Amino acid sequence: MSSSRFVITVIGQDRVGIVAGISRVMAEHAVNIADIRQSIMNQLFTMIMLAEVKSENFDLTAFQEAMSAIGKELGVQVIVQHEDVFRFMHRI
Amino acid sequence: MPIQPEEILETIKMVTNENLDIRTVTMGINLRGCSHPDIRIFSEQVYSRIMSCAENLVRITEDIQGLYGIPIINKRISVTPIAIVAESCRADDLVAVAETLDRAAHEAGIDFIGGFSALVQKGMTPGDLRLITSIPRALAMTKKVCSSVNVATTKAGINMDAVALMGRIVKETAELTRDSGGIGCAKLVVFANAPEDNPFMAGAFHGIGEPDCVINVGVSGPGVVNAAVRALHDPSLGDIAECIKKTAFKITRMGEMVGREVARRLNAQFGVLDLSLAPTPAVGDSVAAILEAMGLESCGTHGTTAALALLNDAVKKGGAMASSSVGGLSGAFIPVSEDEGMIRAVQRGSLSLDKLEAMTCVCSVGLDMIAVPGDTSPATISAIIADEMAIGMVNRKTTAVRIIPAPGARVGDMVEFGGLLGTAPVMAVHGFSSEIFIARGGRIPAPIQSLTN
Repeated sequence: MSSSRFVITVIGQDRVGIVAGISRVMAEHAVNIADIRQSIMNQLFTMIMLAEVKSENFDLTAFQEAMSAIGKELGVQVIVQHEDVFRFMHRI
Repeated sequence: MPIQPEEILETIKMVTNENLDIRTVTMGINLRGCSHPDIRIFSEQVYSRIMSCAENLVRITEDIQGLYGIPIINKRISVTPIAIVAESCRADDLVAVAETLDRAAHEAGIDFIGGFSALVQKGMTPGDLRLITSIPRALAMTKKVCSSVNVATTKAGINMDAVALMGRIVKETAELTRDSGGIGCAKLVVFANAPEDNPFMAGAFHGIGEPDCVINVGVSGPGVVNAAVRALHDPSLGDIAECIKKTAFKITRMGEMVGREVARRLNAQFGVLDLSLAPTPAVGDSVAAILEAMGLESCGTHGTTAALALLNDAVKKGGAMASSSVGGLSGAFIPVSEDEGMIRAVQRGSLSLDKLEAMTCVCSVGLDMIAVPGDTSPATISAIIADEMAIGMVNRKTTAVRIIPAPGARVGDMVEFGGLLGTAPVMAVHGFSSEIFIARGGRIPAPIQSLTN
């Protein structure tokens, strides 16, 4: 593992408050947004964020659970994965 | 170069829609330090050795699964072949050792433990014989123990005495587990050229040239390859090979990353990455479906061997370019009961045992998870094993037989094993006898290909 950066992917039907809801939970867990992109792909709202974690005591499982919960509330799927999985698969 | 959203979504789609997973993280554990003449002391030492290496295996594997968001389906352990480490035991029966392995597997929370094994390609020691004759009861009395016997290599030839014995052992194993369709046989593999670092069950064991404790990772993804091939528009076979190679490359990279991180956190050496397209009963997660995507009406028809050869080779090439640690079996598996497409092909009459045997010449393993009628004779089972061993020996490759003579079952019946083992349609065997050939015993000499020094 080369960093503590995570890719957060949000996919679902567009509605008011998705970005606000997701970023609120991130702030509560002291997770910083390093980059954010949002688009509509195949009629689906797609937001991809690169998130940075500075805290030594970061609890990934608790953060993932909180993100799933807010996703459920907003009717979207939220996936939190370490960035290495994409780097290894798509870059040499 | 930053990762593009399309690439992120491609990875997520592979996992959520196409069943991409790490099929297994398998910890290989050396048991050579456990030998003792008293089987009770030996078993205790085996138990504590396994627990000292593997107590955190499940927890750490689950942490990694959460970190990367890639499902890790099985956690397994392989150990030094028990026939070797139990050679000095003063006991005729090694079932107690299998029970110890089973207890350790339950305690560690893993799915399977492999290594109730013997390597007898050139001949048997008293310890080998004790182990082999203990197999039927060992598999009937345990849930998680897997057993394998290597009866042939390209260098040594085929030990036909062992092949004859294994026919009887397979039958006895089926009988002792008749209440569950002969499921004991689903945990028993007969090998030619068995790899020493294979993470897949039922054939995993920790080979004698391996380090003290090692992590081997098995990655799968027939569903991903199937979807990639089906997305091509009117491709040539060269385009298909290229597409499979690229997909295999991506899957392998992901598996290697996971394997190295698990090994690092467990202070174990990283061994091999085995990229094997291992189907599951899930629809679309099927090797047969890939062959049909290439343009065959039904798996098993003429052209199937050629299509499988292309697939197996492209998978290997993609894997080899992605990792320097590719090992194990690496290729395409064709287990019948675990592959919804293979089951359908058998049911429609397009796939027979003979065609499967031909396919094993070009795939990575052999006759796998095949149910045959319960009244199939031990000699016929031995003869099926002998044919498969000959293919492995001559072609310098691994071949294996995992066959279930399902007690009471007839051709066309379905035998249910549950979980990843799936449902096996009972297939016809030839009615003509092989009895006299198998009874001759002795050894089929190593082929001329073995004289390479």
